[in-house]
Formats: sequence, structure tokens, C-alpha cells
Amino acid sequence: MTKIKTKYNRRSFLKVSAAAGGGMLIGFSWLTGCTSDKKIEQLAIPNEWFDINGYIKIGDTGMVTIYSPNPEIGQNIKTSMPMIVADELDVDWKHVVVEQAPLNTGFYQNQFAGGSLSIKLSWNALRMAGATGRRMLLEAAAKEWQVNVTDLSVSKGVIKEKNGERTISYGDLASKAVGIEIPEEVELKEISDFKLIGTSIKNVDGKKIATGAPLFGLDFKREGMKLAMIQHPPAFGMKLKDFNEAEIKSLPGVEDAFIIDITIEEPAWCDEKGFLQLIAIVGNSTWQLIKAKKAIKANWDVVSDLENSETHINSLDKALLSGNANKNSRVDGNPEAAFKKAVKVIERSYSAPFMAHNTMEPMNFFANVTNTSAELIGPTQTPEALEKSVSKLLNLDIEHVTVNMTRIGGGFGRRLYVHFGVEAAAISKKIGAPVKLIYTREDDITQGTYRPAYKSTYKAGLDENNNLIAFTAKGAGLPEGAIFPNRFPAGTVDNYSAEQINVKTNITTGAWRAPKSHFTAGAEQSFLDEVAELAGKDPIDFRLELFNRAINNPVGEKNDYEPERYAGVLKLVKEKSNWGETKPGVYRGVAAYFCHSSYVAEVVDVVLENGKPKIKNVWCAVDCGIVVNPDGAKHQVQGSVIDGIGHAMYSQLTFDKGVPNEKNFDTYQLMRHSQAPENIEVFFVENEIAPTGLGEPGLPPAVAAMANALYRATGKRFYKQPFISNIVSKKVIG
Amino acid sequence: MPTFNLKINNKTHSVEADMDTPLLWVLRDQIDLVGTKYGCGIGQCGACTIHVDGVATRSCLLQISQAEGMHITTIEGLSEDGNHPVQKAWLEHDVPQCGYCQSGQIMTAAALLENNPTPSDEDIDIVMDGNICRCGTYVRIKQAIKTASKL
Repeated sequence: MTKIKTKYNRRSFLKVSAAAGGGMLIGFSWLTGCTSDKKIEQLAIPNEWFDINGYIKIGDTGMVTIYSPNPEIGQNIKTSMPMIVADELDVDWKHVVVEQAPLNTGFYQNQFAGGSLSIKLSWNALRMAGATGRRMLLEAAAKEWQVNVTDLSVSKGVIKEKNGERTISYGDLASKAVGIEIPEEVELKEISDFKLIGTSIKNVDGKKIATGAPLFGLDFKREGMKLAMIQHPPAFGMKLKDFNEAEIKSLPGVEDAFIIDITIEEPAWCDEKGFLQLIAIVGNSTWQLIKAKKAIKANWDVVSDLENSETHINSLDKALLSGNANKNSRVDGNPEAAFKKAVKVIERSYSAPFMAHNTMEPMNFFANVTNTSAELIGPTQTPEALEKSVSKLLNLDIEHVTVNMTRIGGGFGRRLYVHFGVEAAAISKKIGAPVKLIYTREDDITQGTYRPAYKSTYKAGLDENNNLIAFTAKGAGLPEGAIFPNRFPAGTVDNYSAEQINVKTNITTGAWRAPKSHFTAGAEQSFLDEVAELAGKDPIDFRLELFNRAINNPVGEKNDYEPERYAGVLKLVKEKSNWGETKPGVYRGVAAYFCHSSYVAEVVDVVLENGKPKIKNVWCAVDCGIVVNPDGAKHQVQGSVIDGIGHAMYSQLTFDKGVPNEKNFDTYQLMRHSQAPENIEVFFVENEIAPTGLGEPGLPPAVAAMANALYRATGKRFYKQPFISNIVSKKVIG
Repeated sequence: MPTFNLKINNKTHSVEADMDTPLLWVLRDQIDLVGTKYGCGIGQCGACTIHVDGVATRSCLLQISQAEGMHITTIEGLSEDGNHPVQKAWLEHDVPQCGYCQSGQIMTAAALLENNPTPSDEDIDIVMDGNICRCGTYVRIKQAIKTASKL
């Protein structure tokens, strides 16, 4: 039996009434719309609810509410996090409703969605919350019947006397459990005793989504709420000077127009770096605001370089030649000497453009700022960071700023940055009324925190027996190179170096689903495919040889991966895809990558239809430890594959004099139905390792598996993203 | 501002709006039917798809003045209780990830099956290509459409 001290994260187990303010659930009627849509058929709606702890509330009829603490951006944690609590609590899932918790740093830790960390960081806290609740209910029953807790058993929310007839339900006990002292230590279930974890449970918001119920930030409404739009400078490197304020104010439907300034002293990483002064227009009709936006005539000052895509490419090339690496580097052995001794040497460069996030729900936020408080509601991946930024901007005590999370129409890293919430707060303060800020798609694409542009050069040397004796990676990026010095193949080759070179740009960039990993995996795993070919080896066998080296005799001590698990997913994908079997007209590529603590190997099968590649099958093998919700996990990997291949194939954001050229989906190309793989199979390695994340790790290997399959189909290697520009003679965009 | 009478989900709504207002914003701002989503405003992403006299239509491109007299159905009116075959199939396959584009996907799929009850993969691709999903739920959308075609 695993015993665990509740002291870890103990604040979460304090009852709501005992916690500061106790106001966790007060006065938040709209977001009850964010309660899951499951119908609890066998149970009546409770008259009274009892807070067991910060995660659990039990009604007098036995209905259980579990709060999902983290933002839901499509990674399905609103279903999988409560599953973990419910399993340890031992309740029937049919009796559980899920509610989105508000930001509450007193109760919860790590209330953010990023880095595929939600499940990984909260695994113990969620289990403990459930187990603590179960223990308190058991103690309440034991007290009631004057027996010992060890005389009792529990299943699906019903406590039973082991040697007796008596039974009592959680609903009947809830009021008494509230008075039980929080145990110092609780027992967690054995993994083999899990009833919910490891079963496929459907999305708790599924029905609401399929019927169009209000769930998202853009759907939020409040009586008396105004609508607002912003206009940012057209180019990076420009700053707002003034605009035709009087004319805009006179337009139909425009109630106010003014300039806001969202400059925050000592800005955090998530605060806006690009456009700090913006034109805001306020009214009641989105369409009239859109029309008013088009009538804006503004003067913009040029405050820094107006950059072009061509100069970006040149500056990356120059940086790679300069050799001014920053600290993020590693050297093992003597690569230079080893290359001189090598019988075969190969060097290749890979590049990728800036990319926008393009969450389907454009940026938006609701704010209601008064002289003494600020209330924010909307889609954010980082509610705590938003709370801090608003507190700083408005000079309000953090206790007087509240943030609540709606369901989020896509994150991908975009909503880690908080400027749209801060802008909503600035507008609300100015007009003295609640407001919902809405970005148009054009605003959303042209004011991004983009995936940086990258170029990396890889070099490998083989000896006379085709063994890898030297390997170097050098990566430049705007603004940061995509290099992970301690990741594979570090540790597998005696003479190794990795260098990162950073190049300045005034284009705002940030995290984009599987930051740096998506590009690094694409480049490195494409390169290794070419190295294996040069060595005359099967690409999977070649990698497995390297992992054997890392298992038996690793080079260096700082290697960031477990070679056994890495090799494990390659072996699994080899078996499941029948690797080695050839089918006429089917071209296969393989890649594997480890990031965000999870291991994924993928095989892509491509055919050519009228000279155009069509993806028939993708085979994925995943090691993310215990799989909480297998069908949901499979879905994350399927989506990641499509996202990874789609962006590598089709997407780019280019600049002309600081102005993004692609402003909407007519020019910014995203993968569409007919371009998607016909089938994606996902297999999980079974083990009892604590679960790690899945929002991102499925994406990076897909880029290289696709490139490697395309090579076999076309005879061409794909060094430059978007790949489509190398397949069709004419550039599709840009 | 002119007044327009709209027939939406079998109810009549009288709405005042500029005559060039896209139906999308009338639905969202004025009639509180927010299931129809804004994605691009230029008919490229399909998030705002509704049925106009049974035809899948991008509500961001349909002006209110053109919508009078037509039978308009939004995701909220597709079925009584979310029990349209496409909605049922969506739940069976657990299609959504973030979920934002899904009402548009469902409306396009429902219109497709209305016209072509047993679509081939190619038929599905052609019709569904106008609906973007950034989460990449395309494989499950296709499976769900095939399931719905049998319901």
C-alpha cells in the first residue's frame, strides 16, 4: 500500500469554509454553464452540498462535484483530472459532475496549461485529494457505527461493513465527513486497483460542444457588458502616434474610441513585448466595430527595423557561419579531430519559417474593472500570470483581482501570453463598465507570439565500419536557436557537440506547441535517416544501435532521456507497423522523439496520387507512463500527428517591411480534411510509471516521419518547411 | 436602422441591424445563439456554418438583408436534444478536442448527409475541406460521418 503524507499540497485539503475568504464558489452563475453536461439520471439534484476539500463537493443525494483545476484547451484534462480524483475517492463516474475551478492559488498549484504538464504535475495532488476524501468518509462511517475504519470497505460511493449488513452512501455521510479532521497521512490505491484510470471516458463537455452551448470565452455575456476591439500597429517595429479619434467616435455604433497603454513595469515573460499602445473602440455591435476599425486612419512611428523574410533567412545563414554560440552548448570528445578521421562525412541544413498559432477561437477576454477590483473571465492558459499582470497594470492588490477560466478554443501556447486579458482590463477601466474584447482573425494572426524561425546545421561522421564517430548540431533562430544539447543523440557518440545561436528580431515570438522540439525533431530525425542511409543501415536498426550504446556505455552524464524507453517505443512501432514489409507504391518514413517527459515513435505511410503525396496510415508508439484515459490519450496523439504534419507541410508566416503577409486563412494555409492521414493507429507501452504529458510529444516525430516518407516517395530530401513548396513547382503561398 | 424578420430554428425574430451585418453577428450578438462560431469572417474556416433553406452556408458571408424569408437552422436548432444522427455519432467517436470548430463541422456534415446519405471518403473530403480544425480531429470527423450515415 502506498502511503502518502497529505502535507504535500496540504492547503488543497482545507475545507472551503476554512480557507481564506471561503468565496470559492460564490456569485459565479455563468460558469455553472461550464459544469459538465452529464445527466445524472439515478440521483436527484442535491438540496445541500458539502465541501470535502478544495477538489470535492458531495451532495446529500450522493451526487459528487469534482473541480478540474487547470485550463481546458482541448487536451481533455477537464475529463482526465477529475477521473484521477474520482478513482481514489472511489465513486461511480455516473454520479460525478465536473466543474471548472476558478483560479485559486490557495487551493491549487500549477493552475496552468503548458508544457504537457497538467497531469504530470498534478498526479499526486489529484490522487491525494480523492484518497483524503475517501478516508474522511470512511472515518465518518466508522464513527457513526462505532467500528474501526479497517472493518469497512468502499466501492462506488457506498461504504459497507465487512462482516455485517450495514451500508451507507457517500451522500448520507457527506454532512458528517465535513467535521472529520483531515488525516495526516492517507493510503493511495494500488495501481492494479484503479477502476477509472486506464478506462476510456468520454469528454465531459461533449454534449455541450455538439449542441452549441455557450462554453468559450467568446460566448461569455454579462448584463451591461460592452464590446470592444483593438487596432495594433500594422508592422513590427512601428508604434502608434495618433489616430482620427473624432471621426471614429462619430461612426454608427461606436460609443467610445481611445488609446490604451498596456506597458507594465518589469514585464514578465508572458507580458506583451511588441505592441504596447493600441487603439480601442467600444460599442454594442461586433459588426459595427469591425466597420469602424476599417475606418481608422492612424499615424505610426517607425521605432525599430522593419524586417523582411529574405533578411531573416540571410541573418540565420550569417549566424550559423559566425559560430557565436551562447551558453546552451555541449562538447564531448573532439568532434573536429573525429571528422578528419571519418571515412564518410555528411552535413545538412534544415530551416523553418515563423508560424502563427491560429487557435480557432480568436483572442478575447472579459473584464470588469472598478476602482477597487478587477474581474477577468475568459480563455487563458496562465490565469495566475494574468492575475499578476492585471494587478501590476492597474496597481490593484492581487487579492482584488480574480480570474475565471472558460473552456478554451485552442491554446497551442498562444494563450500563455496574457496581453489580450490585460488589454480588456485597460479598456474596462477606461470606460468604467464591463467589456468583452474581441480580436478579428486578422488581429489574431498579425499580432502573434509566433513560433520562431529556425535554421540548423547537422554534421555526422562514420568510420570504415559505418559506425557513428562524430556528430555536431548547430542551431540558429530568431530569436533563439532550437538546440537541446543533452538530448539524443547526445550520449551515444564519443565526439559530439551542440551549439545554440540566438539572433535578434523585433518579431514577437513565444511557445508554440512542443516549442523547439517540433523543429529539432524534424531536423535531427530527418538527418539521422540520411545518416543511416549513408551507413547502409535500416533507420530503426541504426537508432537502436545508438540506444544500445547509450544503455551500455553512455557518453557523458547529463543525457536527458532514458535510452531503454526510447528504444522501447521504436521497437513497438516496428512491430505494430510491420516495419520491413514492403508494399508496392507505399513509401514509409520513421522517426522517434522524446520531449515533455514522453517517448513517441511514428511511422508514416505515403502513397502518390497524381504525383501528390497522400498519407494512408500513421503508426504511433507512445510511452507516457500510466495512461489515464486511453481513448482521450489516443486522440491527443492523433491530433498531434495531424498538427505536426499539417504545419510542416503547409504553414508559414512571412514578413514584408515588418508586416505579416498572411493575415487570414485565405493565405495562411492549415491542413484540411482531404490532406489529413486516412488512418492513425496509436499504441501505448504498458508500465506503472507515473503519467507524463501528451498534449505535445506526439507532434515532433510526425514532422520527420513525414519528411522521411516523402523522401522515399519522391527521391527528394526535405530540408525546408513548408515542405509543400518543394513538392509543387509553384510556391503555394508567400 | 432597418428591421428584419428572420426565421431561425422555427422561431421568428425581429432584429434591428445595419443591412450589411453578417448573419453570424446577428446570431451571436443579438439573438444569443452563440453556437455558431466566429473563426475568420471570410468564409475560409467553416466555424460559422448554418443551414439556409437546408444548404450549408457560411453565416459570416450572408448579410442579414439576404436572410429574410429563408429558413435558417443553427446548431441549437439542429435537433431537439442533441439527438441528430451526426451529433450522436460525434459523441460516440468523442470527436472534439478544444471543440470550437465542431458546431460548424457538424452543420456541414449534417447538410452533406441530407444530400448524400452514403458519402464516399472523397465526397466527405470535398464537402468537409471548407471546415478547418486546428486540433486535428479530421480522422474522427470522417469516422463519425460514416457512423452517422448508418444511423
